Amino acid sequence: MVRVLKLELRGITKRFGSLLANDHIDVVVEPGQIHCLLGENGAGKSTLMNVLYGLYEPTEGEILIDDKPVSFRGPGDAMAAGIGMVHQHFMLVPVFTVAENVALGAESTKAGGFLNLDDTRRKIKEISDRYGFDVDPDALVEDLPVGVQQRVEIIKALVRDARVLILDEPTAVLTPQDTDELLDIMRQLKSSGTSIVFISHKLREVKAVSDTITVIRRGKVVGTATPEASTNELASLMVGRAVSLTLDKAPAKPQEKTFQVSDLTVVSPTGQHVVDGISFDIARGEILAVAGVQGNGQTELTEAILGLQDRVHGSILLDGEELVGRSVKDVLNSGVGFVPEDRSVDGLIGTFSIAENLILDRYDQPPFAKGISMSPAKVLENARTRIDEFDVRTPSGLLAAGTLSGGNQQKVVMARELSRPLRLFIASQPTRGVDVGSIEFLHKRIVAERDHGTPVLIVSTELDEVMELADRIAVLYKGKLVGIVPAGTGRDVLGLMMAGIAPEDAAPAGSAEKTRPGPDTPETPRTSTASAEGGDHV
Amino acid sequence: MSEKDPRKHEADLHPDKPRGATPAAEETAAVVALDTAGGAMEPSAVPATAQSGKLPGGPDTLVRKIFTGNGMVSILAVFLALIIGGLLIASTDEQVGRTSAYLFARPADFLTAVWNAATGSYIALFQGSIFNPRGSSVGVQFAPFMETLTIATPLITAGLGVALAFRAGLFNIGAQGQIIMAGILAAWVGFALDLPLGLHLLLVLVAGIVGGALWGGLVGLLKARTGAHEVILTIMFNYIALYFLRYLLNTPAFQRPGDSNPISPILDPNAVYPQILGTQYRLHLGFVLAIAATVLVWWLLSRSTVGFEFRAVGANPKAAQTAGINVSRSTILVMAIAGALAGMSGVAQVAGTEKVLTDGVAATYGFDAITVALLGRSTPWGTFAAGLLFGAFRAGAVQMQIQTGTPIDIVLVVQSLIVLFIAAPPLVRAVFGLNPRRRKPAAAGTSQKAAATGGAA
Repeated sequence: MVRVLKLELRGITKRFGSLLANDHIDVVVEPGQIHCLLGENGAGKSTLMNVLYGLYEPTEGEILIDDKPVSFRGPGDAMAAGIGMVHQHFMLVPVFTVAENVALGAESTKAGGFLNLDDTRRKIKEISDRYGFDVDPDALVEDLPVGVQQRVEIIKALVRDARVLILDEPTAVLTPQDTDELLDIMRQLKSSGTSIVFISHKLREVKAVSDTITVIRRGKVVGTATPEASTNELASLMVGRAVSLTLDKAPAKPQEKTFQVSDLTVVSPTGQHVVDGISFDIARGEILAVAGVQGNGQTELTEAILGLQDRVHGSILLDGEELVGRSVKDVLNSGVGFVPEDRSVDGLIGTFSIAENLILDRYDQPPFAKGISMSPAKVLENARTRIDEFDVRTPSGLLAAGTLSGGNQQKVVMARELSRPLRLFIASQPTRGVDVGSIEFLHKRIVAERDHGTPVLIVSTELDEVMELADRIAVLYKGKLVGIVPAGTGRDVLGLMMAGIAPEDAAPAGSAEKTRPGPDTPETPRTSTASAEGGDHV
Repeated sequence: MSEKDPRKHEADLHPDKPRGATPAAEETAAVVALDTAGGAMEPSAVPATAQSGKLPGGPDTLVRKIFTGNGMVSILAVFLALIIGGLLIASTDEQVGRTSAYLFARPADFLTAVWNAATGSYIALFQGSIFNPRGSSVGVQFAPFMETLTIATPLITAGLGVALAFRAGLFNIGAQGQIIMAGILAAWVGFALDLPLGLHLLLVLVAGIVGGALWGGLVGLLKARTGAHEVILTIMFNYIALYFLRYLLNTPAFQRPGDSNPISPILDPNAVYPQILGTQYRLHLGFVLAIAATVLVWWLLSRSTVGFEFRAVGANPKAAQTAGINVSRSTILVMAIAGALAGMSGVAQVAGTEKVLTDGVAATYGFDAITVALLGRSTPWGTFAAGLLFGAFRAGAVQMQIQTGTPIDIVLVVQSLIVLFIAAPPLVRAVFGLNPRRRKPAAAGTSQKAAATGGAA
């Protein structure tokens, strides 16, 4: 039987140079509890866990296990003390089997130095059966769905007799269904005596599963709460001011359909149809949000519209003009605003100044350039205006964009793309890694652009965001359009659609009208089923 | 979502931290940074790379850091290299050897000898490269400086070529080959054609620039079209250029009439650079053109849309592409311009300093140019200054050997030490006690994490 263990972090302080990532943090994880660390991106949660896991040495403070101080010089020490960690990005070798991955680092050998996996297989079976993981020890990890891979990570920790399991943003990569299953697993682990430290910024999940909630803001513990606390209370504690979590947006007033995608197929360099025969259209003054688990063709869809994909078949019409086959510059100049999904890779140049980033796709146009000669004064002037307008928190537009926080970086990208007349606005993951306060602001700007009469295409893997912004929701699965459903469609219907189940099968019986993907998709607005609204079914 | 990256925290924690005294002062200071084509290089205590997660370019990022780091490190690296060079000089000095025999009896003798040996050599180096007080007239006294400028000329232009390419994210090792191809074309136009004054020289210059631009542009084209790595390409192109030159020098068209030595005819007097300060100095028009080239590159990088594209592609090609910049075109164009700049070095050699074409036309200028660009942090004026410094080393080394018997090679050692130190900024800062409060480098943390968890998590 698993031993229970009390874990205490006392006065943990971690400095990086002049930056104080953790400031005297006290956390007590009682045995057999699910303890949630709630905080925004950059609040210092992961730093704290890296300290706990022996990856960082704390500047000050101590870690106590069962009231005895311990010091970890590396993850090995932490594991030996009974602490296991499941990273947000899995640390698995894709071409190894489950058993090989679990054995890795603690391989047992038979006589003659041969690898002995039987023992590992047996343990995996045991754990898998106990918690209903349904994991085959001999399956290749690369063949497993993400949710199952995550279970392999959990098994890895449990095989090593972890009594405290740290889950770092475990739901970021999961579908809503997978998330619910994970939450069940967490409850089971708890009931068998394993404590869990659950790191998240998603209030719904936190409220659903936690016993105790510690809220961290800017490296400090700002409060503790119980799961009974209201969502708004938790959000305010997390952000440090009152936030409105629901977006006030007027109903859409769709006008003529100026953006049409028909039978779009994108072929990847490896020959896969990553976008497969998609058709949809967007009207002026309407937001179409594309939902789906990451990696189901959303990236390729937006890149195909922008002209970044090479092998594109089908047609993309904007105001009757064909966009397929045109250069990125052409597409941008024809009035397409594009916010890429990963701002630090595609959206910004970290070493360039904010001012330069604000003109990244218009550097060669007046008033910023005459011929090939640029005007630094105009670039700066533009920067001042945009920084004010979008409330980018920076002392100067001449600082490198990479020095900004995620939310402010995203504001720079949005400011750039929204500050010219648009005929289509595309935003992928518009608020990924952005603090709650900025999310509010960015969402308002997106709705404002819609109300200005621009067709808007949003791609997001956050179901909450999709439901918040969308006037209609399209769901992608393995490159195919599962369906387009009206805003207000329930979370569980969308969740099933994200797993590839057609809306007519996903919806509770008799409630949904189907919308079939096709070159001429008929949009028949309908009222959503009452039962599906909200996300409190967990 | 990106909670996992611990480096993000340091960035996100203090987004509004004011830096500098006032916003106004901050802006002024930063304007200067912008003006020097540095983009806004590193106005923050937190390296930009720490927040942007990873810089695209993978393994090249170390090279990138080395090429675009702090200018202060460059200066300190030179200083440190000179000190160690001085110790090396002293270690080979006879007087130092003798006094070391009774080091413990009379340490002062030994230290004096060390001091004298090192300073003696450096004074000779100075006299050979800047100012010789023993000269009979002011003109003669400054002759060494003129020689320094002459030698610096090809270093500066080729260095600018390497620096410019580097700012666009390309590691151009090919200045050597570009100089050679430019030299071939320029020399041929210079000795084989008979044209009027002015026009002939202009044509020589154009031929050289075109030769270099084609040789560099071809690398850009191959990279853009096939994805071949520019380092491999430029190294190979250097060999091709060198052996092509040797082949040509064995054909009658490139030899003097009735002579089978691998040396070209002397360039037509109309085809050579005028000596700008009179015939007593070798200094030629090429130096003025090198200054012009520096201004041009500065303008290109900091004031033109083309340079904006180059820098964008160099700093983050994916973001550049997403912003509509044609990365292939930039790659080809920047390599062509880099080649053209190196080509100017080729012209300076055949039409300025040597006036003939031999297989030593490029000497080691093309390779030294890499060091020069490195020392100059890939900024135009930094490269200019570094070119002058290396010109001075080369010019003064001879005088140093004559006066003090210190081998010329010590200059190479000093040059190599400079590169070594530039490549290790933390070492330099540690030596001078400039390291900020010790912190665990984020990168080390990450790799450690990967290593640790890969095995056991």
